[in-house]
Amino acid sequence: MTAVAEIMDYDEVLRRFDPVLGLEVHVELSTATKMFCGCANEFGAEPNSRVCPVCLGMPGALPVVNGTAVESAVRIGLALDCQVAEWCRFARKNYFYPDMPKNFQTSQYDEPIVFDGGLDVVLDDGEVFRVGIERAHMEEDTGKSLHVGGATGRIHGAEHSLLDYNRAGVPLIEIVTKPITGAGERAPEVARAYVTALRDLLRSMGVSDVRMDQGSLRCDANVSLSPKGSGEFGTRTETKNVNSFRSIERAVRFEMRRQASLLVNGSEIIQETRHFDESSGETSSGRRKEEAEDYRYFPEPDLVPIAPSREWVERLRGTLPEMPWERRKRVQEQWGLSDEELRDLVNASALDLVAATVDAGAPPSEARSWWVAYLSQRANERGVELAELSVTPAQVARVIELVAEGKLTHKLARQVVDGVLDDRGDPDEVVAADGIEVVSDDSSLQAAVDEALAAQPDAAEKIRGGKVQAAGAIVGAVMKATQGQADAKRVRELVLAACGQQ
Amino acid sequence: MTSTTSGPEGSGPTELTGLTASELAAKIAAGEVSAVEVTRAHLDRLEALEPAVHAFLHVDREAALAAASRADEERADGTPPSPLAGVPLALKDVLTTTDMPTTCGSRMLEGWTPPYDSTVAARLRAAGVVILGKTNMDEFAMGSSTENSAFGPTRNPWDTDRVPGGSGGGSSAALAAFEAPLAIGTDTGGSIRQPAAVTGTVGVKPTYGGVSRYGLVAFSSSLDQAGPCGRTVLDTAMLHEVIAGHDPMDSTSVDAPVPKVTAAAREGATGDLRGVRVGVVREFGGEGYQQGVRDSFRAAVDTLTSLGAEVVEVSCPHFEYALGAYYLIAPSECSSNLARFDAMRYGLRVGDDGTRSTEEVMSLTREQGFGPEVKRRIMLGTYALSSGYYDAYYGQAQKVRTLITRDFEAAFAQVDVLVSPTTPTTAFRIGERVDDPMAMYLADLCTIPSNLAGNAAMSVPSGLSAEDGMPVGLQIMAPPMADDRLYRVGAAYEAARDAASEVPLLDRVPRLEVA
Repeated sequence: MTAVAEIMDYDEVLRRFDPVLGLEVHVELSTATKMFCGCANEFGAEPNSRVCPVCLGMPGALPVVNGTAVESAVRIGLALDCQVAEWCRFARKNYFYPDMPKNFQTSQYDEPIVFDGGLDVVLDDGEVFRVGIERAHMEEDTGKSLHVGGATGRIHGAEHSLLDYNRAGVPLIEIVTKPITGAGERAPEVARAYVTALRDLLRSMGVSDVRMDQGSLRCDANVSLSPKGSGEFGTRTETKNVNSFRSIERAVRFEMRRQASLLVNGSEIIQETRHFDESSGETSSGRRKEEAEDYRYFPEPDLVPIAPSREWVERLRGTLPEMPWERRKRVQEQWGLSDEELRDLVNASALDLVAATVDAGAPPSEARSWWVAYLSQRANERGVELAELSVTPAQVARVIELVAEGKLTHKLARQVVDGVLDDRGDPDEVVAADGIEVVSDDSSLQAAVDEALAAQPDAAEKIRGGKVQAAGAIVGAVMKATQGQADAKRVRELVLAACGQQ
Repeated sequence: MTSTTSGPEGSGPTELTGLTASELAAKIAAGEVSAVEVTRAHLDRLEALEPAVHAFLHVDREAALAAASRADEERADGTPPSPLAGVPLALKDVLTTTDMPTTCGSRMLEGWTPPYDSTVAARLRAAGVVILGKTNMDEFAMGSSTENSAFGPTRNPWDTDRVPGGSGGGSSAALAAFEAPLAIGTDTGGSIRQPAAVTGTVGVKPTYGGVSRYGLVAFSSSLDQAGPCGRTVLDTAMLHEVIAGHDPMDSTSVDAPVPKVTAAAREGATGDLRGVRVGVVREFGGEGYQQGVRDSFRAAVDTLTSLGAEVVEVSCPHFEYALGAYYLIAPSECSSNLARFDAMRYGLRVGDDGTRSTEEVMSLTREQGFGPEVKRRIMLGTYALSSGYYDAYYGQAQKVRTLITRDFEAAFAQVDVLVSPTTPTTAFRIGERVDDPMAMYLADLCTIPSNLAGNAAMSVPSGLSAEDGMPVGLQIMAPPMADDRLYRVGAAYEAARDAASEVPLLDRVPRLEVA
């Protein structure tokens, strides 16, 4: 394979080629039971403890479709602006693999339940890119193979393999995009933004855990290059094992560079499956597609066709939650945000948290400021997602309330929030434990003000002369003297009063 | 072993084994005889005859007697679970059972005991029917002679040099040998009806979806149908009602009331077929059919006319393409259904000595575990489904299937039932057709259309062929979910046939030589 040293510079790639992407996202539905049997659909159970004759593909066992899974598939289709088939069937995809108990996967082939839609994806700078959706279809997941022995954990070189069929038969929706063209240099970013947007959408619908780390959201990235301006699609590769949003971007970018390097040297792209390596950021050759199977699809005779009535489809449309893009538009209006402010909010993954904080009674601007600024910084320092911080929206709302009541200054409020982040209890508990209290006794503040005015006679004189902006220096000195426990607003009032400006 | 049961004629049926299921059920219900006695009599007889017949792959004497004992207790408590409580039965070895192996006549599943009961087995148990054992069959139900069983052929009790039909030859032979009064078969292209025809017994392929396929090890999912077998139409009807009915575990199971087949059989036995329109399928029964089969069929049609039925000739022009379509659809589905036999989870595993890859072990196991006919059909089906060939083979076959269904619909717009010979010949000799798959396939020529269309069909004995003295079957076909018509017409014909004969048909089964 091409050594990294020879790999083409990204800008050079773009001067010569247009990237074409195709993204296949597998989503495990969070239904209570599996796709075709009554076994519990849960992650992380004791191996082979969530199995029965049906999902083990025992001779004579038959599938029965999970109605909730069909409902979820239709709802996902509606959310992706798709058409819902009036009649569709399952099909068998035949190939031998030990983690697939029947040696065929019950899937859908030329009759997907939903098709022809699209998803508007917001890029980092706020630009909207429409990704076309070719189709979404229902299928069952396979079991998991654990290859024991050997260096790579892959099947080659393994001494033996262990099979866990708990995942076999878990409902999957495979969402396939239309070819994504015209993204140019932003292709890797579009890929990441698309999968992120899909994750947000599916999470808001409550149909899946959408955890890339647990495999409930999996993305295969098809990448090909088209000579600049030719409009001809090149040979594609399919990169698997892409386990995070950032990896999607990296994998696409790497494949673009790798393929370009080969093409300019006159080499051909081999149509194959490639594996992404998180640590090196590179892809490596997996299964050759040219020697891969003819899946011999045919309609699944053990299941009856599905014919979603239009009435049912419309009823499901009515159950769709507010879509993320609708919600963004709504909060932008309600909270009076600029496009840039909204983008910062979305990019910080803070929308849900701010909304919850607002719901708990805080003013939107305060709530937004806490999450996007101070708490995002804290999360960054701790290397965790914003949502993983141990402070809740309700606790943030309480701190905001304490500030509004004049019981905390902003500086003190941060101390209190830090206490909550350190798992020292609710804001009120931290306040009580640390004896944090705003100095609100005017007589003691008055003394500090007098002292500060005396210490800075020039400033005092300016204020008396009407230059009220000079009060800032005096207020700062008072705050310093009271170690931040004073209410800056009240201090300012006292300073102005002492100088005859009120 | 045979001393207590062999009558004066050596291996003829005893007083109990000679009775029909309905007679046995009545005696058990009346307390005249216990289920244990009935079961023991059948076990004794089958143990004596099995060396000559080989109808069973597995017999569990203790389990059968225990089930019979439970049936007796329930009767004593006044809570018999069904009209057939305590009556013994032979179950085809393609239906899963938790207490007995289920091999499908294949080395691949030799010794495999499933972890779950098929719905058919569960309903039989719930009805208090006593399962004697599992019957022999062509491997994975592929064949028309039971010679494709990995465990040796079953012999026809009428002539042990001849086949008992297939794939359900074990079940039909068990009935004809009076080893069991009832049996279960499965019918994908004729595997209930053709064995019934060549052994002089009754077999019904219910409407597709009429009996649950849950636990029926699939050969061809869109064609497979389990059904009842007996020596009389009434017995078969009673068994039909025990096993039929909607099953939520089978998505293709029909969610509708079970046709009243027992009542229909009783009504038919009165011998009045006035007002019933019978269509003779013009395309079946002519050239290429054994003379004795044609004669028997013509006589049967005359009998139906004499019972008051209005008989007309009906054309089903696409039936001639049925065999071709069947041998694309069934192998295609079988190539997928049998993919699961890969040595990974259950059944045979060959060559796992630590030096071979998973793929090599799978390949060796399938090479050694499947017999030649199964391999032939897997290859046919794999080819028919392949990219580039699908439309020409599987796709075309599905179109033919639609045309055949339309032929039936057009015919049933004119008549209530259709009739034809069940199979073109009487039982052929063991070994006669093993090297000629096409000749073997022709045995199902008349039965396949009903599998493709999913309607109900019966084979009822229509006497013996003059040339060879072997039984001939009359096939009766009815529209989907009109299974009751089969029983009404079948029972009427059966009554007339026996009335015209000095000796009931099955009393003419030769006495077998006991080894």
